[in-house]
Amino acid sequence: MKFTLSWLKTHLDTQASVDEICETLTDLGLEVEEVVNPADRLKSFTLGKVTHAEQHPDADRLRVCTVQTDEGSKQIVCGAPNARTGITIVLCKPGDYVPGIDTTLSVGKIRGVESHGMMASERELELSDEHDGIIELPSGEIGDKFVDWLAVNAPEKVDPVIEIAITPNRPDALGIRGIALDLAARGLGTLKPVETPTIEGSFASPIKVTIDEDTREDGCFVFAGRLIKGVSNGPSPEWLQQRLKAIGLRPISKLVDVTNFFTYDRNRPLHVFDAGKVQGDLRVHRAKAGDKIVGLDEKEYTLSDGQVVISDDKGVESIAGIMGGLETGCTEATTDVFLEAAYWDHIQIAMTGRALKINSDARYRNERGIDPAYNMQAMEDATAMILELCGGEASEVVVAGEVPDVSRAYKLDAARVQSLVGMDIPEAEQRRTLTALGFVLEGNMAQVPSWRPDVQGEADLVEEVARIASLTKLVGKPLKRVQDGVPKAILLPLQKREQAARRMAASLGYNECVTYSFVDQKSAALFGGGNDATMLANPISSEMSHMRPDLLVGLLQAAARNQARGFADLALFEVGPVFSGGEPGEQALQVSGLLVGKTGPKDVLGESRNVDLFDAKADAEAVLAAIGAPTRVQVLRDGPVWFHPGRHGRICLGPKKVLGIFGELHPKVLKEMGVKGPAVAFTIWPEEVPAARKKNTTQPALKASDLQAVERDFAFVVGTDVEALTLVNAAAGADKALIDDVRVFDEFIGGSLGEGKKSLAITVRLQPVGATLKDEDIEAVSAKIVEKVSKATGGELRS
Amino acid sequence: MDDLRDKYIAAIAAATDEATLEDLRVQAVGKKGEVSLQMRELGKMTPEERQVAGPKLNALKDEINSALGAKKAGLEDAALDERLRGEWLDVTLPSRLRGQGTVHPISQVTEEVTAIFADMGFGVAEGPRIDTDWYNFDALNIPSHHPARAEMDTFYMHRDEGDNRPPHVLRTHTSPVQIRTMEAEGAPLRIICPGGVYRADYDQTHTPMFHQVEGLAIDKDISMANLKWVLEEFFSAFFEVEGIKTRFRSSHFPFTEPGAEVDIQCSWVDGQLRIGEGDGWMEVLGSGMVHPKVLQAGGIDPDQWQGFAFGMGIDRIAMLKYGIPDLRAFFDSDLRWLRHYGFASLDVPTLHGGLSR
Repeated sequence: MKFTLSWLKTHLDTQASVDEICETLTDLGLEVEEVVNPADRLKSFTLGKVTHAEQHPDADRLRVCTVQTDEGSKQIVCGAPNARTGITIVLCKPGDYVPGIDTTLSVGKIRGVESHGMMASERELELSDEHDGIIELPSGEIGDKFVDWLAVNAPEKVDPVIEIAITPNRPDALGIRGIALDLAARGLGTLKPVETPTIEGSFASPIKVTIDEDTREDGCFVFAGRLIKGVSNGPSPEWLQQRLKAIGLRPISKLVDVTNFFTYDRNRPLHVFDAGKVQGDLRVHRAKAGDKIVGLDEKEYTLSDGQVVISDDKGVESIAGIMGGLETGCTEATTDVFLEAAYWDHIQIAMTGRALKINSDARYRNERGIDPAYNMQAMEDATAMILELCGGEASEVVVAGEVPDVSRAYKLDAARVQSLVGMDIPEAEQRRTLTALGFVLEGNMAQVPSWRPDVQGEADLVEEVARIASLTKLVGKPLKRVQDGVPKAILLPLQKREQAARRMAASLGYNECVTYSFVDQKSAALFGGGNDATMLANPISSEMSHMRPDLLVGLLQAAARNQARGFADLALFEVGPVFSGGEPGEQALQVSGLLVGKTGPKDVLGESRNVDLFDAKADAEAVLAAIGAPTRVQVLRDGPVWFHPGRHGRICLGPKKVLGIFGELHPKVLKEMGVKGPAVAFTIWPEEVPAARKKNTTQPALKASDLQAVERDFAFVVGTDVEALTLVNAAAGADKALIDDVRVFDEFIGGSLGEGKKSLAITVRLQPVGATLKDEDIEAVSAKIVEKVSKATGGELRS
Repeated sequence: MDDLRDKYIAAIAAATDEATLEDLRVQAVGKKGEVSLQMRELGKMTPEERQVAGPKLNALKDEINSALGAKKAGLEDAALDERLRGEWLDVTLPSRLRGQGTVHPISQVTEEVTAIFADMGFGVAEGPRIDTDWYNFDALNIPSHHPARAEMDTFYMHRDEGDNRPPHVLRTHTSPVQIRTMEAEGAPLRIICPGGVYRADYDQTHTPMFHQVEGLAIDKDISMANLKWVLEEFFSAFFEVEGIKTRFRSSHFPFTEPGAEVDIQCSWVDGQLRIGEGDGWMEVLGSGMVHPKVLQAGGIDPDQWQGFAFGMGIDRIAMLKYGIPDLRAFFDSDLRWLRHYGFASLDVPTLHGGLSR
């Protein structure tokens, strides 16, 4: 919402400065977004008088002038044809910035003659395009500030333009009078009275208006109109054009400018039909699907069932409350005009406006809410202005429907301001504030003004009182602790897991990424997503069309971007939600890590090597340990297709409880995602990790035996498809009391073992409990281990 | 006997290797060594003679033995020194590589915010990123025709043909979590709701996903003055600057009544933002007293309970605190950015240890 200071002052009698007004507006909730004050760039210029002018000795077109200024007499060289003795000029001194030539002046020599400043033209000061000569002022004293002279003699040239942001609850401030009312209530001036003319019609309007039965509810409450005949349309007077131009509107013609004037002055959209082009009467009704109209913006709109329109005998002539039709629009040739003032259902306006994608001033105001009680007076006010500007003769007013009764009152509980806001404002002041805003107080009931649709309860009265008093006066008051003493822990188990997983991954050398939750369909599909359930209806680009099914999508895209920047070796991770469907709750928390390239750059120790799945497995195990997952897990195959089919494992507690997965990514997936391998990854689902069973903090007592542990190595020859974990579990099961640990320390394939065979070597650690082990004890357990392993794997002890 | 002593002590001192020492040991105190042979002679002596010669011989044996031991240790030390002299390494060579991981600023700042509010008794509530339009809008007093809906740049989820429910939305703020938590826990209540939110906007200062933290406190007698105190405490703790002032300005949000925009005190010195000093103000959050209709939507009786709510951008306060210039870079995963603006894994923000290093 834009307005000028001078326009505001037509409603508000105030001495306040622009700065003061702007600060107050922002404080009142009408946040100032921009102030353009033309005076700011003219501040330094003063008036001077040319007391002597003579020909420049070396230039035909230049004159050397003696100018009297507030700093005494100065010599100025000037090329303007009108530079002559006796005129009052606008002086720019050395050091001044001259906006029209984008230059800061200094003392100069022009063809050998010193010049101490310049005398400005209007164009040089950006006041107009006038550049035939320098400004000659008809009045003013030497040393006067030019801006002061303008303020008195041409105020429109230094009229500050203020733009404020309007929150949806304040349609009243979409009219300049509403803004003035707020400022007056704050005490920044007094509201000027408005005239309330009544124009008696001298004849019956030949155009009648009706509202269809089905359109009265949720459509049009009241539709008033009248014919004004014999008008002469044409360009508006200068003052009206100036005002509209200053706030960025294009003056069109007197009739149209009048409607725009009321739109901004009183938040009152109106419409004018060229009565000569209206056939028959006007009817407010609901459109049928497929009805068409060309709007004033010269675009064709196709209407849907139920949208409210105004039609004459020819068809639809106006989209009610949103935009008039081109067909019946007023032109310079209009002589008879039909003026409309109506009050529409704001929801209906919002829906239609949104459906047709029309963003007009009328829609903007009608959907936020205009003052219904002003409807009939608006008709009179606009008629008076049209008669004044265009002449003509007004008919009687025709009305369909009724002005709705929006009266309501809420109890003013003076103590509520203290209890809700925490400000101490005397009751008398509260009542004064509300009264100044247009509320009518009867006892402690406050009747809400008809232009404030936002006030819907007692809390709104508190808001108004606090707002006008200024929230800057609010003084903080400590919030009591929920209970005295040491604060309780507040994180939920899953939240703690999330933090632990994140910090563990970072400790392992991964860099945390936060990537967008939406990815492109093709990439999503590679990871089991990309279906319609997870699709956005209105993505901002096809790269962000589907909710991600897996964090690896975003991480691989990040890896590809980093590889393009020249970083080949990467360790990236993310913690965040992934989406299995489009319903609330169809999301799960994931922790994913991605390793690409080598373990590090080549190094003197020769340790740099390609990342492999055991890196990913180690990291998955570390993250799982950090979030308290059980250590005894199964590692199963047959995970999702984006992993290498033979080189991945699911970390499970039983076949259906998957805690995580690790492995090499499928080469085809890497290719599709544009990542140069090798690449391995892990994913953890923290929600799947069972909650800790422990209820207290006590640890079981440490059972450490003083007896010497014994380690024995075994090597078994087994089939290449036998998994190490099977062998380890079999060995460990040989004597659960005695065997403390079983570790694989070597895998050897091929050689003398022959096709399809491999050797797996394990170390078994025996921890005696009761007595030191004798050789025969060790022999016995060894035999059992060999037997168990052979049974489980079909292998035999390597000879 | 003195000759014997002088001979061997001198020979031991002159020895330069262990083999020579061993020879000397055998010659002197070995089974057939000179000293041992003399000791055998003791049996042939008179008791008187023996009383004199015995201790002398024993002392001589001890002396030679200890001289041998000392010399042996000395030779070993010299040999070790000699070996170590050859074991020089260039210690300026790079160390064994260990990856330097980092924590993203959004995660770090979320933990900082959590630490501060936890101390004031606020729990952390979370909710779904895809939510119904009821939770995201209606329950927050934003009915379908409300202009605020259109202004939110909402992302909608696809609806299959024939599914006539209103489309779900990607939450445009974390406020739906307020409603869900009110429903689940009732009053009194103190929570913050941090998390990702979405709006269909992408330019220099907007990304289609960003992060918010919302605060909600509901009790019998909570006022806006408490809100101001809580926020000032928060900002001082968060920015680690004593006594940051806030300025409340009236504003409007459908879910608050009254509502206020909150500015924090700041100044610009040589193009550098300084928070908590000077007389400039910068808008950082929206807040207000929870609208009675919102309490009702959450199943809380507005005649019994009241409270405040506020919401601010996590990414934004991260940018302000850590001087990060561009929001878009938060989501670009540029390794250089992650390393530069990320945090070490052990930099866990706590109130007792300080939020930042």
